[in-house]
Amino acid sequence: MSARKSIRQQLRLLPVVPSVLLLLLFLAAPVLWSFHASFTNAALTGRNARNPAWTGVDNYARLLTDSAFPASAVLTIVFVVASAIVGQNLLGLLIAGLMTRARKPVSAVVGTAVVAAWVLPEIVAAFAAYAYFSKDGTLNQLLAGAGWAGADWLYAFPMVAVVLANIWRGTAFSMLVYRAALADVPQDISEAALMDGASNRQRLVFITLPLIRSSIATNLMLVTLQTLAVFTLIWVMTAGGPSNASTTLPVLAYQEAFKFGDIGYGTAIASVLIVLGLVFGIAYVRLLKGANR
Amino acid sequence: MTTAEQAVRRTANRRLTPPERRRSSAPADAALLLIGACFLLPLLWLVFASLDTNAGYQTQLPANPSLTNFAAVLTPELLLRPLWNSLLLSGGTATVTVAAAVLAAYPLSRFQSRFNKPFLYSILCGTCLPITAIMVPVYGLFVQLRLLDSVPSTALFMAATALPMAIWMTKNFMDTVPVSLEEAAWMDGASGLTALRTVVLPLMRQGLGVVFIFVFIQTWGNFFVPFILLLSPSKQPASVSIFSFFGQHGAIAYGQLAAFSILYSVPVLVLYVLVARGAGGSFALSGAVKG
Repeated sequence: MSARKSIRQQLRLLPVVPSVLLLLLFLAAPVLWSFHASFTNAALTGRNARNPAWTGVDNYARLLTDSAFPASAVLTIVFVVASAIVGQNLLGLLIAGLMTRARKPVSAVVGTAVVAAWVLPEIVAAFAAYAYFSKDGTLNQLLAGAGWAGADWLYAFPMVAVVLANIWRGTAFSMLVYRAALADVPQDISEAALMDGASNRQRLVFITLPLIRSSIATNLMLVTLQTLAVFTLIWVMTAGGPSNASTTLPVLAYQEAFKFGDIGYGTAIASVLIVLGLVFGIAYVRLLKGANR
Repeated sequence: MTTAEQAVRRTANRRLTPPERRRSSAPADAALLLIGACFLLPLLWLVFASLDTNAGYQTQLPANPSLTNFAAVLTPELLLRPLWNSLLLSGGTATVTVAAAVLAAYPLSRFQSRFNKPFLYSILCGTCLPITAIMVPVYGLFVQLRLLDSVPSTALFMAATALPMAIWMTKNFMDTVPVSLEEAAWMDGASGLTALRTVVLPLMRQGLGVVFIFVFIQTWGNFFVPFILLLSPSKQPASVSIFSFFGQHGAIAYGQLAAFSILYSVPVLVLYVLVARGAGGSFALSGAVKG
């Protein structure tokens, strides 16, 4: 009886199988293959493409000695910190906060403008950003209008351009998260503090922010992960150049694997990114579990 | 606190807020409008350039606004076939994702099992996998399995990347459908899957629509995955063909590039508005984020 019951219970899980197969074949297998290939000299074409040889930790040793990787890791950190953790996160919070005070129609119109940059296909957003920052683009027109000399942003300051472009592209996500979070903050607590003579800043620091701290943590985690994976925006705007000045890790992995045909080295870089993603993923899950408890 | 008390409290709050609001709303309005203008500026170029046959990278009102650029790109070769490919890829991906997610969500939502929690949390971890990072190994895997340049296998891969989020969203939507309705169907002798099809799915139509559109928009806008996995131009979706167009003609035909971009973006903008109006964009998002 109990054996049959447990079989029936197992059968109930049968509908999960298609999803599990898809996830195993297309997500788990590439991850495992990536760790495996990063220990070989697998190549895009030629003899090493058919019969890659085991090279041990050579690729990882090269990561440390090759000057491109540390430089690229630093650029990735700059990109993530400046555009996601500082830029998108704070700007999203600011916009959501302003929206609680502004008139409804103004909030609606501005919300649409912010979301538009986010909903557009990434390649279109990248073209628009490219045009905006190019030498005769809109930004330089504006600067010239104000009497300042512009610059060739994409060549002289490529990181500034891609960071600003990513803030423009991604802030909508943080804005939506914080709008939902702020809508859940009970009005009366904040008003009670107002009656007690708390200033706006005190109410923000001591009441609102602590109340939405789990949303802040979730948002920081998710925007970090999204920004860590940004490729198209950078690829279209600068292609990682000039001379690797804006090559973040996804761009470096792509270049090593597909431009120079070194799949083994490319997967070693990819593996580093995957491990980073998994670490953040586990932290995110723990955070949610803690919040649900 | 009783409901009556709450109502009183709410009215009291409302009486409190207006003067405070009036005082602070003008600066907030001004600041928001300024931010909004900054966000719209880069898009202004797209619109102006698409109407201007002599467009450059400058944002300027077109001297002779015309639809010539749109007419120039509206050819089967340039635009229609890539859009059709995008539709196939996104529609296929979204269909596979929703079907697999519904099947997976049903037992997860309806039956208690030791398997549920570990499974849900490990796929949540999967949503955190940076997809651009796994493209190099995925390419290697596709070469080994001879799946390269195949639209169905690209769609299956993209379905797998969308699945973790889709399963979570579908499960959350399914949790809101009361079990009692299905129990009635079970009493009448319907199997679990029949109950799912005839009772649960019709009740969560709107939620399924949200998941489908979510995945569709994501796939439609994705550039990197088809860029790596689809090689022949005849199979490439609009995101990739627009990139080759930019490489080949972008330096000359800015106006056409802008027109192409707009025609390619319109479907996802329409779909987004549909979701935001219908089920509430932030509602769907919070369902996905909060888990």
